[in-house]
Amino acid sequence: MNKLLLIIKREYISRVTSKSFILTTLLTPLAIVLFTAVVTLIFSYETDEIQNIAVVDEAKILDGSIRDEENLFFHFEKKSLEEVLSGIEKSSYSGVLYVPAIKEVMEKQYTVFYYAAKQPGLSIQFKIKDRVEDALRDFKIVQLKLDKEQIAALDTKIILEPEPISKDEVDSSRLTSAIAAVIGMSMGFIMYMTVFIYGMMVMRSVMEEKMNRIVEVMISSVKPFQLMLGKIIGVGGVGLTQVLVWVILVPVLLLITRLIMGIDLSTNMSIAQGATPDFNPDDMQAMVALAMKEFNQINWWLIVPLFMLFFLGGYFLYSSLFAAVGSAIGDDMGESSSLTLPITIPVILALYIMMQSVESPDSSLARWSSMFPLFSPIVMPARLAFNPPWWEVALSLTLLIGTAMFFVWISGRIYRVGILLYGKKAGMKELVKWVFMK
Amino acid sequence: MTQIILDLQEVVKDYDKKRAVDKVSFQLPKGAIFGLLGPNGAGKTSLIRIITSITRADAGVVLFNGEPLQEKHSERMGYMPEERGLYKKMKIGDHLLYLAQLKGLSYKEAKTELTYWMEKFEIMDWWPKKIEELSKGMQQKIQFIVTILHKPDLIILDEPFSGLDPINANLIKDEILNLNKNGATLIFSTHRMEQVEEICEEIVLINNGANVLQGKVKDIKNSYKENLFNVDFSTPTQVVLPEEYALKQINDFKIQVKLGENQSSNALLQHLLNQNLNISGFNEILPSLNEIFIRRVGQSNSF
Repeated sequence: MNKLLLIIKREYISRVTSKSFILTTLLTPLAIVLFTAVVTLIFSYETDEIQNIAVVDEAKILDGSIRDEENLFFHFEKKSLEEVLSGIEKSSYSGVLYVPAIKEVMEKQYTVFYYAAKQPGLSIQFKIKDRVEDALRDFKIVQLKLDKEQIAALDTKIILEPEPISKDEVDSSRLTSAIAAVIGMSMGFIMYMTVFIYGMMVMRSVMEEKMNRIVEVMISSVKPFQLMLGKIIGVGGVGLTQVLVWVILVPVLLLITRLIMGIDLSTNMSIAQGATPDFNPDDMQAMVALAMKEFNQINWWLIVPLFMLFFLGGYFLYSSLFAAVGSAIGDDMGESSSLTLPITIPVILALYIMMQSVESPDSSLARWSSMFPLFSPIVMPARLAFNPPWWEVALSLTLLIGTAMFFVWISGRIYRVGILLYGKKAGMKELVKWVFMK
Repeated sequence: MTQIILDLQEVVKDYDKKRAVDKVSFQLPKGAIFGLLGPNGAGKTSLIRIITSITRADAGVVLFNGEPLQEKHSERMGYMPEERGLYKKMKIGDHLLYLAQLKGLSYKEAKTELTYWMEKFEIMDWWPKKIEELSKGMQQKIQFIVTILHKPDLIILDEPFSGLDPINANLIKDEILNLNKNGATLIFSTHRMEQVEEICEEIVLINNGANVLQGKVKDIKNSYKENLFNVDFSTPTQVVLPEEYALKQINDFKIQVKLGENQSSNALLQHLLNQNLNISGFNEILPSLNEIFIRRVGQSNSF
């Protein structure tokens, strides 16, 4: 068997079958799901304490009824405020809502009072405010003799629908850019994470080999370049496996949790975060349908292969640099920072540029950084969903692959010298010298 | 004519500012047991790394079986570095199979060979164990199997006995001699002279990157001998010899005589026999490699 293949196989198998890999691969999705479930539960957890609230409605706007909540019951009192307050200790009321008479219909501000031994929780406050506001609105409409339907007609929702000028372009809808942004952002993030996690893994593995001196045995059988390349490809395969497992496992587990616990994690989350949808269910359904249509309209057959190419380019570029650094440093992980910093800074910069690029994908910042090979593996995938000009993608990809190949070559030269050198800490200057060594 | 398996001509290797190997030349006949000697830091490891294609020489020629050194030759060599190393988390069986396959063996061949060796060393039950579970001496054994599993023509051992207990050292030594009998050529790199004297037929002595001495162990010893003879007596004896003999009475039972150019050992023995002494032993004192080593290295270092 080809030696490179053998090395790749070992690097891959030995990692994939290791306990820590299996644990992290399986436990991470579990942890994510568990975390989501717990967060959802926390947010959806309202007060479980039953509250009875007395209402003294002097304004007579509440019409003798407020819709009760799960744990919140309203009782209308005919008695005056003083009488209710004096008898409160003997009653089961936890508070008294006092709605004073309305003096002026045109008043923009109106105060109601809540008497209680304990301050009411925020959610109760909001609910009471909402009820009174609605009631007062209806009251005002009647008092001012307005037409309810006309007033409803005043609220208009504006939809900005983008249309292409020429007919042969795909018609995109208002959701296109939002969906593209989400897709772009996720792609950029996946790139960022994988480059970091697996690049570091390559570096640690190179250091380990150097430290336990297996490297001398290995190099007497194979070329250093083969060993480095085999490691990079093997670890890359591990990365792909892990990401693939997560991509499949996380949605499946979310679905299972949803079925078992009977909670809708996704919608509950949005409600919990305060984004109470103000559109009706029909609207919601239309949105989902539109989103699905948009989702299908995205040219996945183009984006996914392109993403893979950028992924490979970015991974090879950065992990080869990490391998070179790993070969140059000794046993001390702390020593490595001066050499890893120049690698990590561009990755982090690229992440920020990527986030900016998703907002304005055709800005000159986005366009230039998606050409620059150290940024392009993270920035360009984020732009892909926005249909950038094809020549930009092609140029960016060419530059990236060219640079990645060049970096792999350079790193191979550094690696070859570095792994056999012990005891000395190498700086940038040495690394450059090694590249040019015969 | 004996075949030459390894031929080094004026090999040079420079590191940063230091010349590690300075125009070293020697020839290694097939089937020899060859000692590569030198003090620490003399350039032994640098030289071995060149032979095993781990690094390339900056100048000079290395021929393996008459061909310039190439990648494929590494499959014909087995190298046990001084600093042993294995993947600690790997299972022993998998590890050995992996390294053997990297040396060009098929999986099947590797498995057959490995089974043979593990049975021979009675360590078949180690197969599923991890390297890190083994003691240092046990790892040493594994490292030795790694080196020879692919039946190399040239076996290079850097300090092969360091860290081994006498029993295991003997075991390994016997295997080395066995391999040699079956046609393998051996290079022994060490600074422990007594081991070399025991095993090696030929040596090259390296100091400061250059070879200072080479040849057959017997020839070297002969060329360094001082015509010093040792005579033992079974009863206390005070020896009197003619003036021309340089006599040294070591104790009541032993004398040493240094012979001059025109004096023969036979004549000396004749003198002693004539005196009717109780001689229990008579032998020539040959310098040990250790002494030669110290003499040569000390000499060149003082320049």
